[in-house]
Amino acid sequence: MEELLVKYFRPKLPHIWCPGCGNGIVTASVVKAIDKLQLDQDKTAIVSGIGCSSRASGYLNFDTLHTAHGRAIPFATGIKLVKPDHNVIVLTGDGDATAIGGNHFIHAARRNINLTVVVFNNSIYGMTGGQYSPLTPHRGMATTAPFGNVDRPFDLCELAKGAGATFVARATTYHANLLADLIAKAIEHKGFALVEAITACPVSFGRQNKMGTPANMIKWQRDNAVMVEAMAKMKPEQLEGKFPIGVLHQAEGTEYVTEYQKVIKRAMGSGE
Amino acid sequence: MKLKTNVKNCKGCGICVEFCPKKVLELDEVGKIKVAREADCIKCGQCELRCPDYAIFVMRDKK
Repeated sequence: MEELLVKYFRPKLPHIWCPGCGNGIVTASVVKAIDKLQLDQDKTAIVSGIGCSSRASGYLNFDTLHTAHGRAIPFATGIKLVKPDHNVIVLTGDGDATAIGGNHFIHAARRNINLTVVVFNNSIYGMTGGQYSPLTPHRGMATTAPFGNVDRPFDLCELAKGAGATFVARATTYHANLLADLIAKAIEHKGFALVEAITACPVSFGRQNKMGTPANMIKWQRDNAVMVEAMAKMKPEQLEGKFPIGVLHQAEGTEYVTEYQKVIKRAMGSGE
Repeated sequence: MKLKTNVKNCKGCGICVEFCPKKVLELDEVGKIKVAREADCIKCGQCELRCPDYAIFVMRDKK
């Protein structure tokens, strides 16, 4: 990690995240994945929206863009269309991606545009003080849900799959090495790739939901995440409250930028 | 030296202390990371893997 810090991080540390916040672990996994694939730093763009998670782009030494709330994916789409050979990685939060930017998210998945979207899912709007997000669990506590959340949450991976994403994976900060591997696979995948990273917010979510110390929140991830392959062999009563991790969906599909290039060629009269 | 710490980055969350299988680490009087029993360290890397603040590193031999 020490050499990765020198190579891929801007000299701006320590970061602003609270003590025990899992966002640092997810950011490290993104960097490990990039290092594993030996991506060219000048041909890799990191795009983020607004929120705790989206601060990550500022610490990383690539072409980075910190954009408007919920609009990371549209900006990333623009970069990808203009520079199809660039690796475009979107770092976004659960509220940013599924509430404010919900439509952008599902339509980017529908188009199957070649982006890698890493959603830092901490189940809450942390930066603004712990309001519930579309991924806050049913009956979870939030400042705007003092008697428990009435809403049912999205299953983000199922949402992406339903919308047409061709690579969908999930991991947690406890499974940090798996997370790095999945992000690397997502970057290599040609098409819309989603990696949901379950991360702990000890201050805004954990405190309201009495989940204990940051270490206890990571242990909760360890105890409740099950590899998708192992899950298939488990009985329904063993599966209560558990969620699958690993590669949840992978498919082939027509990729948007490739198709768009063909249209440009046709319009230029190259006779394709 | 098996472990290297960067106390400036440490926020004292205690994740490394909790996940160390050999109880090598402690928080000092101001709540920052302290390597208390370095001789017991087995270089498993659990602390480095989950440190959210990049404040502890396992020194690996260069191959």
